[in-house]
Amino acid sequence: MLFTTFILAFRSIRRHLMRSFLTTLGIIIGVAAVITMVTLGEATTLAVQKQIASLGNNILLVRPGQGFGRGGGGPQPSDFDARDVAAIRDQIAGITAVAPQASSAVTAVYEGSNWTTTVNGTTADFFSVQPWPLVAGRSFEPDEELAGKAVCILGNTVRKNLFTGGGEPDAPLGQRIRLNGISCLVIGLLSTRGQAGFGGDQDDVVIMPIKTVQRRLTGNLDIRVMLVGVDQAYDSPTVQTAITGLLRQRRQITGDKQDDFNIFDTAQISATLTATTTLLTGIVTAVAAISLVVGGIGIMNIMLVSVTERTREIGIRLAIGAVANEVLTQFLVEAIVLSCLGGVIGIALAQVLVLIIAPLMQVPWLFVPRINLLAFLIAAAIGMVFGYFPARRAAGLNPIDALRAE
Amino acid sequence: MAPLIQLSHVTKTFGTGEAQFQALKGVDLKVASGDFVAIMGPSGSGKSTMMNILGCLDVPSGGQYLFKGHDVGSLDRDQRALLRRRYLGFVFQGYNLLARTSALENVELPLIYRGDGREVRQTLSMAALTKVGLADWAGHTPSELSGGQQQRVAIARALVTNPELLLADEPTGNLDSERSVEIMELLTQLNQTSGITVLMVTHEPDMARFAERIIHFRDGLVDHVDSNKAVPA
Repeated sequence: MLFTTFILAFRSIRRHLMRSFLTTLGIIIGVAAVITMVTLGEATTLAVQKQIASLGNNILLVRPGQGFGRGGGGPQPSDFDARDVAAIRDQIAGITAVAPQASSAVTAVYEGSNWTTTVNGTTADFFSVQPWPLVAGRSFEPDEELAGKAVCILGNTVRKNLFTGGGEPDAPLGQRIRLNGISCLVIGLLSTRGQAGFGGDQDDVVIMPIKTVQRRLTGNLDIRVMLVGVDQAYDSPTVQTAITGLLRQRRQITGDKQDDFNIFDTAQISATLTATTTLLTGIVTAVAAISLVVGGIGIMNIMLVSVTERTREIGIRLAIGAVANEVLTQFLVEAIVLSCLGGVIGIALAQVLVLIIAPLMQVPWLFVPRINLLAFLIAAAIGMVFGYFPARRAAGLNPIDALRAE
Repeated sequence: MAPLIQLSHVTKTFGTGEAQFQALKGVDLKVASGDFVAIMGPSGSGKSTMMNILGCLDVPSGGQYLFKGHDVGSLDRDQRALLRRRYLGFVFQGYNLLARTSALENVELPLIYRGDGREVRQTLSMAALTKVGLADWAGHTPSELSGGQQQRVAIARALVTNPELLLADEPTGNLDSERSVEIMELLTQLNQTSGITVLMVTHEPDMARFAERIIHFRDGLVDHVDSNKAVPA
């Protein structure tokens, strides 16, 4: 009996291609819209999370001045020096490393190419406080740091702009470039880090031992920024308070006088971005739910209209000896076949849409099995429910009343 | 042997309260196997209601309907459907063929519900179409057929299961007189050669003349019965 029902269902779909197509279209649009929206939402979340990760976990940026920038009015707060670094490293609990930074703008030259960039003087600790692996070469040796040797590690943007000749990826290693006239040996190459969360190309940088930068480029012993890595086991606000106390003492700020330095916790950026992303995901989910409802109403309408126009057909089938259940099963099979077909096409369409839109939005391409499955199931369920219940009403009619339906 | 159809005091009431209308007011009727009966009467006399009850498409409000000695009133919906499938064939005034469906597939439909295999269905359906003279039109859909041809497809669909009783509700109502005579000749031939009992509602005396017996309805009751049999068989 089931087999004959399938024959009848497929015949009916084939004979009413327009009606079948319209039913399926409602499901296709509903499913594709939901999947596309949610997938792009998740891709955006992922992109933001990736940027957060590129900041590194729990780093405190200690800088002179109040708030962002150096602040207007009053005497310029002084930069830090090596003793501040040592004091923090030796006296504060819960830190993994302290990397000082002194930077200078330079023009880098290699053979015919030149490129204006920033030299960042620091120590090997720079690579332990944050996740920024080298793709080739090595970090500074302790004696190179102590002696202030002219060795450098290139960010990817600098590498690309200086070493235009191509060749092996690690070809720049062992070469000498000139930075504001200082000859410098390339010992390492940094991996790509991408755009910073707040703009600026993080790869447009040359890393050198801080002593080399201080002696040969800036000409003083000042340290502009300290990067403090916080131990996972410690709470970063506590560490931040401890550093604030220490620096106030060292800089002789007493009473209710304001700090002349600021400590920025990257965990705060993460928290802000995560909150924004959560909100974004919420909005996208709401929009997706609405489009699924709209798609569902479309499916419902077509199913209801087609059942009304098919009441006569149900009457004919009942009159020639079909049992109500057989008619019902046929309608159910039709609804299931159309809904599932629409669901599959909708999923395929959604992948194509994501493939087209994701690059435009500069987010990664994603396949989210959860939402694909969910959208498919909901669409199929709507199709079945609205295919089934009106059919049940029609099949429950007296055959003669169904036959008279206009 | 019990008659094919035996009605005793069958009533049918539509509506409730003041709008209540009694379409049948206690009909007694017997139809023997192999009969060709026409039911005639003015509009509202209850002849269509009678037809629907005989065809098990509707149930009587009172009285008893015995089909082959079985009480139809005691059957549920599905059992009545199975009875229609097994013993009855229908021909309607409006043909009631499935649209966009070929003549062959329309004729096949009752066989599908009966559970016949593909080859049996094809053979029987083609035989039925041949019987009504439409073997060459098997692949055409109703919209490509004339009214007379559509009604013949409907007759082929009704007789493909080899029913005991063929019920025809104004089968010639939508046809011109020439087509009508063709349809009546076809029904007569089925009655005589295949022994199918034919029960037909009509309001055209010319058509009723093909039947052996004419039952006249008036105000929900059998008024009188005419016999066309010149010589008893």
